[in-house]
Amino acid sequence: MSTFILYGLTALLLIISFRKDRMKTRMALRKALKAIENILPEFLVVILLVGFLLALMNPTVISSLIGADSGLWGTILALLVGAVTLIPGFVAFPTAAMLLQGGAGYMQIGGFISSLMMVGVVTFPVEKRYFGTKVTLLRNGTAFVFSIIVALGIGFVMGEL
Amino acid sequence: MVLIVMGILFLFNRDLGGATFQKAGHTIWEMLFIIPPIFVLLGLLDVWVPRETMVRFMGERSGVKGVLLAFLLGSAAAGPLYGAFPVASVFMRKGVKFSNIMVFLGAWSTTKIPLILFELQSLGVRFALTRLAMNIPGILIIAWILSRIVSEDAQRAVYERNTETQS
Repeated sequence: MSTFILYGLTALLLIISFRKDRMKTRMALRKALKAIENILPEFLVVILLVGFLLALMNPTVISSLIGADSGLWGTILALLVGAVTLIPGFVAFPTAAMLLQGGAGYMQIGGFISSLMMVGVVTFPVEKRYFGTKVTLLRNGTAFVFSIIVALGIGFVMGEL
Repeated sequence: MVLIVMGILFLFNRDLGGATFQKAGHTIWEMLFIIPPIFVLLGLLDVWVPRETMVRFMGERSGVKGVLLAFLLGSAAAGPLYGAFPVASVFMRKGVKFSNIMVFLGAWSTTKIPLILFELQSLGVRFALTRLAMNIPGILIIAWILSRIVSEDAQRAVYERNTETQS
């Protein structure tokens, strides 16, 4: 759905731009192509990693790691699993809901969701290309620490702590 | 080159089993589909929006307005976090402040509006609102910390890296 909107919007703006100024539009497209070419190698590495990880980390495996009564250890695992996996939100939330029904704690799920969304280990090559190693490590590091805090906060609010 | 990698990928997936192949395939297609429009939009942004405008709204002296704008743009975005990096790259070239770029990345990663609605629905109001209430200050604090620990020289180096890769 959002992909559809994205394409629609892009097409619309492209048409408007083309009507206003052909040369500028051509330049924009050339820039787009150039930018894709620049980042493509990194993206392909990420795609490979994602394919590999998705094959390893399916919902069954995830639920066995952060399932019922997994406690503090489960929370740590949940944070780590979230950090290394890359799954879209519309898959992540139902999976999380399923895990909750299967007996996982809110604290684990809070940590998992937070690090899943904010920390990207597999996308490291892409992020590094734009931000350099230092900033990438720092951003992911602080986001990970923050996810620990979120896990604790969720645990507290949901009455698990 | 691309074909070789895709070939390896295919072998990889076939080895690791049929059911997972579908899921991996889905995510990979999603990635491949999302990349082109993002870059085309960025190309358009690059040509049509002058640097001065971006500096005025989100640059060094943009103040609260810049932070707010970074937050809104990130939250209104569609797509996974890796889509935000090229956007941030163009922002850097247009003179957007480092801390605002970090706010933008934070918002994109975790306070996207459609995802919040989805989270409310699947994990409950209490869970989703607690996370949101922590995320909003969290994103700002992270951006502030990062703009503090990354020295000005290092920030400049990051900005220079993005003028190189694009030109």
